Amino acid sequence: MQRFIVQRVLWNIPVLILITIVTFGMMQIVPGGPFTASSSGRPVPPEIKANMEAKYGLDKPVWQQYTNYMNRLLLHFDFGPSLRRPGSSVNSMLFGPNYMVEVLREQLRATFGTKASSMTFAEPPGLSDSSVLVVKTNGETVGYIGIGWAERLAAIGRFLTLAPVMVSAQVGLVSILIALLIGVPLGIVSALRQNSWIDYVAMFFSMLGVSIPNFLLGIMLILLFALTWELLPTYGWGNDWKQVLMPAVTLGTAGMAIIARLTRASMLEVIRADYIRTARAKGLKEGVVIVRHALKNALIPVTTVLGPMMAAWLTGSFMVEWVFSIGGIGKFFITAVTDRDYTLIMGTILLYSVALVLFNLIVDIAYGFIDPRIRFD
Amino acid sequence: MAETASERRRREEEEQFAERGVSLWQDAWRRLLRNRMAVVGLIFIGLMVFCFITADFLPPYSYRTADYDNTRIAPRWPDHIFGTDKLGRDVFSRVWWGTRVSLTVGVVGSLTSLIIGITYGSIAGYLGGQVDNLMMRFVDVMYGFPTLLFIILIMVVLPSESAIQGMLNIFIAIGVVGWMGMSRLIRGQFLSLREKEFVLAAQMIGAGPARIISRHLLPNSLGPAIVTLTLGIPGLILTEATLSFIGLGVPPPYPSWGQMVSEGWRGLRATPHLTIYPGLAITMTMLAFNFVGDGLRDALDPTMRGTALVSAARRKKRRKKKMARKAAAKTA
Repeated sequence: MQRFIVQRVLWNIPVLILITIVTFGMMQIVPGGPFTASSSGRPVPPEIKANMEAKYGLDKPVWQQYTNYMNRLLLHFDFGPSLRRPGSSVNSMLFGPNYMVEVLREQLRATFGTKASSMTFAEPPGLSDSSVLVVKTNGETVGYIGIGWAERLAAIGRFLTLAPVMVSAQVGLVSILIALLIGVPLGIVSALRQNSWIDYVAMFFSMLGVSIPNFLLGIMLILLFALTWELLPTYGWGNDWKQVLMPAVTLGTAGMAIIARLTRASMLEVIRADYIRTARAKGLKEGVVIVRHALKNALIPVTTVLGPMMAAWLTGSFMVEWVFSIGGIGKFFITAVTDRDYTLIMGTILLYSVALVLFNLIVDIAYGFIDPRIRFD
Repeated sequence: MAETASERRRREEEEQFAERGVSLWQDAWRRLLRNRMAVVGLIFIGLMVFCFITADFLPPYSYRTADYDNTRIAPRWPDHIFGTDKLGRDVFSRVWWGTRVSLTVGVVGSLTSLIIGITYGSIAGYLGGQVDNLMMRFVDVMYGFPTLLFIILIMVVLPSESAIQGMLNIFIAIGVVGWMGMSRLIRGQFLSLREKEFVLAAQMIGAGPARIISRHLLPNSLGPAIVTLTLGIPGLILTEATLSFIGLGVPPPYPSWGQMVSEGWRGLRATPHLTIYPGLAITMTMLAFNFVGDGLRDALDPTMRGTALVSAARRKKRRKKKMARKAAAKTA
């Protein structure tokens, strides 16, 4: 067992290194670089571009850029500076304070026209728990923000202290739990009542769950639960269960559908096995037969898909984060590529592949506990 | 009219031959037609093909003509049954035209992944050993990539002189990303098939690798490949919709459903129809392809063989019982 784990970890090191090399190479092949256009889209004069590239070491040969990067990463756990956001490092973008603070400041600046970086917010004196906040710049009161803003601050407020990585991991974890807790029982019931109306309904809805794109599901949920019935908030994460519900269901539905279908298929296969007949013949209760004997074996395919699923979900979903204005890292997977922010691309891809390797390893170890027939050699 | 003995014998013989003459594909087709949801899916896809062909002349409006006097109209009969968008373009006509994007991405994307996957998978599966090991490790590495970087890379590497070609490039890029699953499948099929006696026999009579692959191994792996292909189409359509939703997909003014959802979503409260109709189109298309793919798998998968028949027989029995019960109730 220990040998197996050590072997797997060692085997994955060259895979990870290969991923970094291929990513690095691909970034060089893709036309356009981080400095070909300014943030407003205007082309950058060649002299300035050359200076910028020299500053970040992009004028050096590619292999040297790569070794420099790996050096920094392995020796100091430093993902390097972000090329598109001067002044912030990839480490701080992923693991630092949440960028939603900045987004909020941007919106506030657009409203108040003051320097957002020096803004502070305070509750008005003597009025705790009010819906108004005082906005101050250098200790001077510049204005008040009303109910809408205060609400928005409170909605985003709780997880302002959470790093984007943590926010994404939370969203992913809750979604996985929802997918498992609903998907597995649904699969069991439809397998046990094969060709009954429960089976048909469950399988139709799981087909629907696979077929509806998650951004669309999120938008439809917002339309129904937030805009029409006004039960749940349209944005944010982590303040209370109301905020958690829609994003988690949005992300979790596809996985839930896949898990339900897998559980049903493998349950149907397992239930006809000889050892199930034996278990019944020796007089075990039906519940015990199903849960202890059948389910344990039926869950193996589910465990297999769980590895990649967890890796993908815990590292953030762009769609869900975008639709629900959640400050996770899923956003960076898209913006890094479209901005050609090389260091951020490397950071996100490394994060994802390490997660993939890790969760696949955990899945492989879990096999051994679920099914003792699986040996590690 | 009575049948003579010889006639009956001949008829029985014919029936027997007919039974034997059913090929795998005919058999699969018949099974597919017995699957109600798959038939519904097939009909829907047929409707889409009709929309695809007629998209240039049958819809009431052009997908690109704006009408600034009638912007953001709610759905109304009979001129704008799905309403109009912020430029006054008719949503119904745009959804109609959007079938072109979704069907093309399905066909072009799956052909691309099929060609690459078959080539790569058959080389790895036929050669086996160290080569196979190395090639499959490369597939593992490719799985580790977020697909977007890859898609953008391919999109910019392919030449694009016109907007239509740029669109085709997107579809090809989406297909290229899907080759890994196909190559794994083909490789696995080849690995098990090449140990079979008929391959040995072919080798004995002096068939070369090209002939063995094209005449013996590929036709025998075609069933699972087609199932994987059909089940992969919804994924391709989803990828296109997602890319268009982000703004990296089909360029305006060509309407793609994902792009329409993305445009309509910001005004969700006031004009929900801009989101709902294209969204419905995506979901129904994905459902249709999923049902057909599912039905095809059940029809082609030999391990599932017989289950459909058994359940059909059981259903018949159940119906008979019910009728009997009803009849009994009537008499009582």
